[in-house]
Amino acid sequence: MTVLLHVDNVTKRFGGFVALDGVQLEVAAGERLGLIGPNGSGKSTLVNCICGTLQNESGNVRFDGQVMDGMAAHERTHRGLSRSFQLPRPFHSMTLAENLRVPLLYTVQARTGLLHSAGDLEARCHELLDMVGLLKKARHMPRDLTQVEMRKLELARAMAAEPKLLIADESMAGLSHSEVEDILTLLLRLNERGITIILIEHIMSAVMKFSQRLAVLVSGKKIADGAPETVVRNPEVVRAYLGQ
Amino acid sequence: MVKFSLIAIVVAAALLLLAHWIHVDYLYFASYTILQFIVLATAWNILGGYCGYVNFGSAAFFALGAYASVFMHKAYPVPVPVLIVIGGLVSGIVGLGMGYLTLRLRGSFFAIATLALAVVLQTLIVNWDYVGGSRGAYIIRPENITILGFQINYIEYLFGLMLLLAVIALITARTIERSQLGLGFATIRDDELAAEACGVPTLRTKLIATAISGAFMGMAGAPFPYYIGYLQPASAFGLEYAVNSIAMPMIGGTTSWVGPLVGAVLLGGAQQYATVTISSAVNLLIVGLMLVAFVIIAPNGLVGLVQDRLRARRRS
Repeated sequence: MTVLLHVDNVTKRFGGFVALDGVQLEVAAGERLGLIGPNGSGKSTLVNCICGTLQNESGNVRFDGQVMDGMAAHERTHRGLSRSFQLPRPFHSMTLAENLRVPLLYTVQARTGLLHSAGDLEARCHELLDMVGLLKKARHMPRDLTQVEMRKLELARAMAAEPKLLIADESMAGLSHSEVEDILTLLLRLNERGITIILIEHIMSAVMKFSQRLAVLVSGKKIADGAPETVVRNPEVVRAYLGQ
Repeated sequence: MVKFSLIAIVVAAALLLLAHWIHVDYLYFASYTILQFIVLATAWNILGGYCGYVNFGSAAFFALGAYASVFMHKAYPVPVPVLIVIGGLVSGIVGLGMGYLTLRLRGSFFAIATLALAVVLQTLIVNWDYVGGSRGAYIIRPENITILGFQINYIEYLFGLMLLLAVIALITARTIERSQLGLGFATIRDDELAAEACGVPTLRTKLIATAISGAFMGMAGAPFPYYIGYLQPASAFGLEYAVNSIAMPMIGGTTSWVGPLVGAVLLGGAQQYATVTISSAVNLLIVGLMLVAFVIIAPNGLVGLVQDRLRARRRS
């Protein structure tokens, strides 16, 4: 088993508030990891520290054999770390196809030098939109999309960067049962292609179905990590979720 | 791009010939001001419109270009086209430095920082005796200039240079708009966090924008001392430059290169007309009233208004 992501003793404070307290996490290449925890437990902060949106104060993050600390977010994206945002953040003034052109040009093109012609670029945009079922709306603006479509666009844009590791931050919150299934199928298909995925989610049925391993974060500390069935029966996890 | 450049050059040449045929000195004076505003508005729009960073310090970059010319005029006189290049370099470098110091600020904080830059630079110039200090500096403009054996009226020469500069600024803006850089600028305007996550090096991209924007403002200012003959800090750092270079793209539309052009011609033309018929003091009043009107009627500028109409017609 090769370790793709190595989070070592990462701590992040906001003033006096300790958001992450010595978090330790390893993710193997090709793995599907579920990351759960109550609201405010530091899940998004951890994602932000891994992706470079925030810089951790101590500890370090290693990805694909490289130390990521101090690296800006776009450099981490270039190295194969990609994320979707909890609240979709599309580029409003661009069509869906243009939204995908951004990572294609700035990450894939910069990394590989492929995608030279405008035709290649167009074809790749359409392929990605087709994958999430938004091909018909390629020329639409993000404001024309429904919630679930917006989340699919968010995932497609994260995918466009051709990542080794994809972090999906609550990409199913507020969606109906069938919509959750849609996104889940999509993520499983991506994983089959060899992409490592960290899924952050509150919908337990989805998390249990998806994850090969489950990690639990409570008040900035990791309290459990292991096979999903064992972790959800762990008394500490039950206490954190249901109270005493 | 080649096609557009050719069209732009042909249009500019036609304008030059037309102006030469009419041959009224006042026409050159008035058109020079409008062309200068086309350059300023286009330059402002590269940072303000494409990237969404509002710069209140346009006058500072413009004045830097003008004062670089005054300095060179006293230290080592060179032809005006060279002065334009020097003015562009000086303002571009200051733009880069300002960007590095202030681009971590967003929204109104960035705008306030640019305003502060203008105040600081004006204070420096007022206290720098070599370029005239608060007294100002005189530059005696020659009557004529001889190029390739042709004798050309100096004001016509300046008009021609500014026309060329406007063409270059518009070609640059349009090229950026359709390039990867333009896409990067737009991601910064829309959402910087998402831009970083997509791999856009936002800080570097913004620095490119401030440098290009500052350089064009400096280039617009470089021939100014020759045009006006007497340069003083209060006129070079005047409020009208800061206000106009914001108002013109706003009125024309900030998302495309056409906007600043339309805005500058419309607003600049109206100001010139008012200067002759009413008084030069109503200039800023006109800007203010038009800005208020457009913010209410067409918040996305004239270009936005036309685009919305076209889109609505296509749907129905």
